[in-house]
Amino acid sequence: MARGAQPLGRIRAPGLAVAFAIAGFLGASVWAVAAKAAGRPGFLTAADLAALRFTLIQAALSAALSVGLAIPVARALARRRFAGRGALITLLGAPFILPVIVAVLGLIAVFGRSGLLNELLALAHLPKISIYGLAGVVLGHVFLNLPLGIRLILQGWQAIPSERVRLAVELEGSRWRLLEWPMLRSVLPGAFLAVFLICLTSFTVALTLGGGPKATTLELAIYQAVRFDFDLAKAAQLALLQLALGAVFAAVAYRSGAALGMGAGLGRQGFAIAPHGRLSTALDTFWIALAATFLLLPMVMVVANGLGGLNGLPSGIGVAVLRSVLVALAAAALSVALALALALRGGPVAMLVGSLPLATSALVVGTGVFLMLHGLINPTRAALPVTAALNALVGLPFVFRGISSAVEETEANYGRLAASLGLFGWARLRLLILPRLRRPLGFAAGLAAAMSVGDLGVILLFSGGDQETLPLMMYRLMGAYRMEAAAGVALVLVVVSLSLFWLFDRGGRADADA
Amino acid sequence: MLTLENLTIEQGDFRLKADWSVPEGSVTAIVGPSGGGKSTLLSMIGGYFSPTSGRIFWKEADIGALPPGKRPVSTLFQDNNLFPHLTVAQNVGLALRPDLRLGVGENEQVEAALAEVGLGGFGARKPGTLSGGQASRAALARVLLQSRPLILLDEPFSALGPAMRREMLELVAEKLKGRTVLMVTHDPEDAKQIADLLVMVDGGVANAPVATSKAFARPGPALAAYLGRK
Repeated sequence: MARGAQPLGRIRAPGLAVAFAIAGFLGASVWAVAAKAAGRPGFLTAADLAALRFTLIQAALSAALSVGLAIPVARALARRRFAGRGALITLLGAPFILPVIVAVLGLIAVFGRSGLLNELLALAHLPKISIYGLAGVVLGHVFLNLPLGIRLILQGWQAIPSERVRLAVELEGSRWRLLEWPMLRSVLPGAFLAVFLICLTSFTVALTLGGGPKATTLELAIYQAVRFDFDLAKAAQLALLQLALGAVFAAVAYRSGAALGMGAGLGRQGFAIAPHGRLSTALDTFWIALAATFLLLPMVMVVANGLGGLNGLPSGIGVAVLRSVLVALAAAALSVALALALALRGGPVAMLVGSLPLATSALVVGTGVFLMLHGLINPTRAALPVTAALNALVGLPFVFRGISSAVEETEANYGRLAASLGLFGWARLRLLILPRLRRPLGFAAGLAAAMSVGDLGVILLFSGGDQETLPLMMYRLMGAYRMEAAAGVALVLVVVSLSLFWLFDRGGRADADA
Repeated sequence: MLTLENLTIEQGDFRLKADWSVPEGSVTAIVGPSGGGKSTLLSMIGGYFSPTSGRIFWKEADIGALPPGKRPVSTLFQDNNLFPHLTVAQNVGLALRPDLRLGVGENEQVEAALAEVGLGGFGARKPGTLSGGQASRAALARVLLQSRPLILLDEPFSALGPAMRREMLELVAEKLKGRTVLMVTHDPEDAKQIADLLVMVDGGVANAPVATSKAFARPGPALAAYLGRK
């Protein structure tokens, strides 16, 4: 495309401004953090180092377990056909739009002090187990990321062409050695890094299932320094540490091209020649049943307990729903607008800026914003707008990835035709790009809205007493041991989150032409 | 007259050279082995690739610096000739106004062009509901309406069956009479059916055009090898 090197013309222009704005905003936050941190003598107390160590250990354990368990499950899913298989695979995408605090409540209902598991143990006269601390944090992260691991690895399995499987069978060679191990070797590092990165910046799980000096992550320590110790300089130091950690591993992931996505194109039937041995059938059945139970049971408990809690919903629930929905809509609109501008711009700058938020975290940038606002106004008064803005940024990498690949695909398929017809600028956006982008835009907006509606980190960092969103309301009810009311709110939150996702995704699909 | 003056393109190991012209109103078939550069040649004329050196003239004007939409060229590509999200009428209407703000008169022109290729009444349909032959006709209707003098056909009918392809070529010969057509093809029969001239692309050179009848009666060594004759 030599002569058509700038086929998008004027519609590329906003992308550069957006790139500068995002980079400037992130840069200013980091600068505010660094300046504040430098003003405090002494660095890295024993408690800070413990938080750093715990952050790394829990992330490594969570990633190893999520990916390790995903291997046999993905293998079984890849080679077995059974009723409900499609539904199960679809369900594996759910944790992306499931509010983390809701997942935690479900896990507590199963594994908690008076949960199902402990009741069973009591029946058998066995000692109770406690999931708080490292075990709980890892359990939460495995629950949330096992599905991602399964989807990523399943993709690898389904990418093995069926002809090659037949060839291996005919040659009576080892399928494992010829096909599966080479595939896993190329897929596993990326899957591990993706989960590791998510666990590095995860806040809600550590907040609710960790805690105490032995099980505090850096993100949790930041929050505590801001909200409990009122030691902003300490928070800034911790944020700097978290930033360095995130940047290092994000750079590693970026260089290795680690998977950022949720496993597309899982409809193929590539690897279906299953071995017939009794043992392998039994093992595959075991893994699928185990994974399904582990992932579904907490969700069933959320619904069951939630229905019971609907009668005892707190009085402020209606306003909280409204607040949560408005914040989510604002976050989705902002995220999609930024991502679209960047995607239309294209090129390495857009790519870099679109991925940049991955290297930071909501709490780190949140601390920066808190510091910047601190001298000007009471930061708690800006809680909702800041939450929307930061949620938009956190969702940006996911939203951008989907939209930019759709823009590239559209240009690759129809760019020449559009150029030959003189379709440029706004007409090109209106007549070619936006219509072709309906599905990915709808999906991305749904994802961003659902991610935002479940946010607890930013709102907790900024909130005053009177700006409760649904997750915050849930968290406060859980803290007051009003578990029934919390379960009711959890059900409302799930319904809101799923509805937002469904509406946007549906809107993108309605009479869209292939 | 379309003139390629010392046109060359080099990309890594690939190179292609062309230095000839074809008269206005002629139909030229471009044949040769896969990967030889037939499509690349059309892409340079259409404005999608920059040549490494050389110039392209239409009549007296050097068109080498113009963007694709500003050249006197309409192209039918191998696929994706219609936008699937627009109706057939909108696709054809793009020939008149790229922003699709069509007036009453322009809508009538679109309808007339569709009728001319045998698609009267198909305007409201989406391309996904058309057969392969109908989609080709719709794209041809747009080319008719664009009324640009130079037409590049980059194997647009290669996915059609033999009978349908012959029919489309007849339609092209009939409706585009008077325009200058360059057509890439794999099938010598296509060339025999409608082409006045034949360009053989082989060994990094797009050879000067030869009258089709002459070329097939007494093929040069490259064409003979391509056709599989001794």
